[in-house]
Amino acid sequence: MFKNSNSVQNRRKLLQFIMFGFFKMSAAINGIALLIIFYFLVSRGWRAITWTFLTQPPIDSMTRGGILPCIVGTVCLSLGAIIVAIPIGVASAIYLNEYAFQGRILRIIRLGISNLAGVPSIVFGLFGLAFFVVYLKMGVSILAGALTLGVLTLPVIIGTTEEALRAVPKTYREASLGLGATKWQTIYRVVLPAALPGILTGGILGLSRAAGETAPIMFTAAVFFTPSLPSSVFDEIMALPYHIYVLATAGTNIEATRHLQYGTALVLIVLVLGLNLMAIIYRARLQKQH
Amino acid sequence: MTIHFQRELEKIKKMLLSLGAMVEERVRMAIKAVESRDANLAKKIIKSDYEIDEFEVELEEECLKILALYQPVAVDLRFLITVIKINNDLERIGDEAVNIAERVCIISKRKRLDIAFDYSLMAEKSEYMLKKSLDALVNMDVDLALRVCTLDDEVDNMLNKAYDVVKQAIGEHPDRISYLINLLLVSRHLERIADHATNIAEEVTYLIEGEIIRHREH
Amino acid sequence: MEKSLKIAIKELNFFYRDFKALTDVSLDVYAHEVTAFIGPSGCGKSTLLRCLNRMNDLISYIRIKGSIFLDDQNIYDPGMDVVSLRRRIGMVFQKPNPFPKSVFENVAYGLRVNGIKDKAYIAQQVETSLKAAALWDEVKDRIHESALGLSGGQQQRLCIARAMAVQPDVLLMDEPCSALDPIATQKIEELIHKLKKTYTIIIVTHNMQQAARVSDITAFFYLGKLIETDETDAIFTRPKLKQTEDYITGRFG
Ligand SMILES: Nc1ncnc2c1ncn2[C@@H]1O[C@H](COP(=O)(O)OP(=O)(O)O)[C@@H](O)[C@H]1O
Ligand SMILES: [Mg+2]
Repeated sequence: MFKNSNSVQNRRKLLQFIMFGFFKMSAAINGIALLIIFYFLVSRGWRAITWTFLTQPPIDSMTRGGILPCIVGTVCLSLGAIIVAIPIGVASAIYLNEYAFQGRILRIIRLGISNLAGVPSIVFGLFGLAFFVVYLKMGVSILAGALTLGVLTLPVIIGTTEEALRAVPKTYREASLGLGATKWQTIYRVVLPAALPGILTGGILGLSRAAGETAPIMFTAAVFFTPSLPSSVFDEIMALPYHIYVLATAGTNIEATRHLQYGTALVLIVLVLGLNLMAIIYRARLQKQH
Repeated sequence: MTIHFQRELEKIKKMLLSLGAMVEERVRMAIKAVESRDANLAKKIIKSDYEIDEFEVELEEECLKILALYQPVAVDLRFLITVIKINNDLERIGDEAVNIAERVCIISKRKRLDIAFDYSLMAEKSEYMLKKSLDALVNMDVDLALRVCTLDDEVDNMLNKAYDVVKQAIGEHPDRISYLINLLLVSRHLERIADHATNIAEEVTYLIEGEIIRHREH
Repeated sequence: MEKSLKIAIKELNFFYRDFKALTDVSLDVYAHEVTAFIGPSGCGKSTLLRCLNRMNDLISYIRIKGSIFLDDQNIYDPGMDVVSLRRRIGMVFQKPNPFPKSVFENVAYGLRVNGIKDKAYIAQQVETSLKAAALWDEVKDRIHESALGLSGGQQQRLCIARAMAVQPDVLLMDEPCSALDPIATQKIEELIHKLKKTYTIIIVTHNMQQAARVSDITAFFYLGKLIETDETDAIFTRPKLKQTEDYITGRFG
């Protein structure tokens, strides 16, 4: 039955070798791309990173000075977005996954949500402008921007939360219900804690996405320039991605501010990576507890 | 695993049947020895008894091995338990054949004295019971087994008859008491053989029906 | 001792969508006895077991006809409070499934969700349950550590302790030893022997010897039907039906 087993064996080994090589290369390309981007940003932007840069508002038509308002703005906007999106997203996911009758209508809702994730962000920007800024009369403000970014991140958060809820073993639910717990007690005491790391991942992804978006805040929250830090959620604000966009396309002296653009981008990336890292560490600690 | 197990059971069954055949053969030889007062034949039976003993041990070990390895239940469990008990009965029948042979050795040295008792009839009946009880096992035949059980009474009656006949003969030949007692013992051994055959039949009934009918009136 | 009827299953028919998983099952379960369900995979043992605490309600596409009486009350009555029913009928699953919480919190869980706040009572009840599950000595020094650090056999006994903490009347066990080694299995079996004084136990098992060892009554199922039920020793020495005999002697199919 196993005639030629040697040559077959060799062929199989070769195939395995080729496939593994291919996978390895694909993984390497990913890592290398990230490294290149990072190297590119660091090499061109590191000169811009100074104490002043991080702690002062821009001066001289944004050709000198710092980017503090942008940092504060981005932090405000993304945190605001997450604060809006997590409760709503998690609640929707719980409803969809745990309570709703699993049928046709639910499938349509799910389809809608995943489509929402594919809508271009500029559309969200326009929606935010029309709905929050104009219709709800919030004006161009942190609130309107955060809400718009929140809506933008909702599909991500709902998706990952549903995933996390589905990943909670059925046996946990059964054990809990079997002990005479109600459905809500089961969700609150068993399912949510077990799903928390996964939900957090969704939060991280949402946060990163919110921090990096330009289009949705362009009409709803961000301004070209404001030297002062915001004092309430109804203030307009500067933001890192928008600042980069402005410097690179509409600045008074685009070439002269190149290093500032790269510096800002570097700050944005470090900020996002830093947020991710924090959440990853927190998540790992949570998982270790269980 | 079940195929393996079935094969083991087949093997046990074959062994039991060979043992049955061996024992039947001894009984037949013993009866012949009684009829012909043949001491040589009797000695042959006595000498070869170890074969049956060894076979019995071998069969029992085989059963124990299967019990330990397969932990059978229901019909398989009943089968093995039945085999172990029948095995024991067969070995005892072999012993009875030896006992008869020993009687023959003793009486063959003396002058022949015949009494008004038909040993061949009793022997035939006992042997018949043994044979039919083994047949009942082979064919899983409850009716046959139950019939064997009813025959036991006939053999018991024959023993009583032998007792009366020997008692009378002792009155007539007071000088031949020990000879006559040996003759009586032969019928006693034949009756024991029939008892063991009855046990076998009862065990076959248990095997088939799962109900223990021992110690009951048939 | 007078036998008292605990659960009466009457003419139960069960469907998953169009698939009939149980057909006309009628069975009486007596208090303080261990009843074992045996039968080949897929014959509906788990389905029946999960009917008894209405765990099947979690599945949307099921249909049930017939009735199950627990102490003279039909648990499929529309007015039945499923949550309190499940408190009265504890369940232990095939794979040990402790919550990712401490040993203590696992056992206390049932008490907490049932609204008990008295800390001293909870602590005492946790200890009692762990002792009853023959686990106390092994875990008393690590009671506040994660239950996931216990061995499989310990986890399963923890699950039994967890089920007992809310003092149910009936314990359902769905192949409780199938994921355990022989020693752990033996411990659980001993436990079952001990627990039947207090509880009515129904156990599903694939291990014929286990059914023979731990149960008083054995029910044999095949293709969704209850084929034969009898005292366990009768089933394992002289079953009435050929089908039962073929199954327990391994001559199936
Ligand atoms: N959730 C389900 N949906 C559809 N069919 C199911 C479901 N659970 C079990 N079944 C079917 O019902 C039958 C009985 O299953 P089950 O009660 O789990 O059997 P057992 O526990 O005896 O192995 C099987 O044929 C199985 O495929
Ligand atoms: Mg099952």
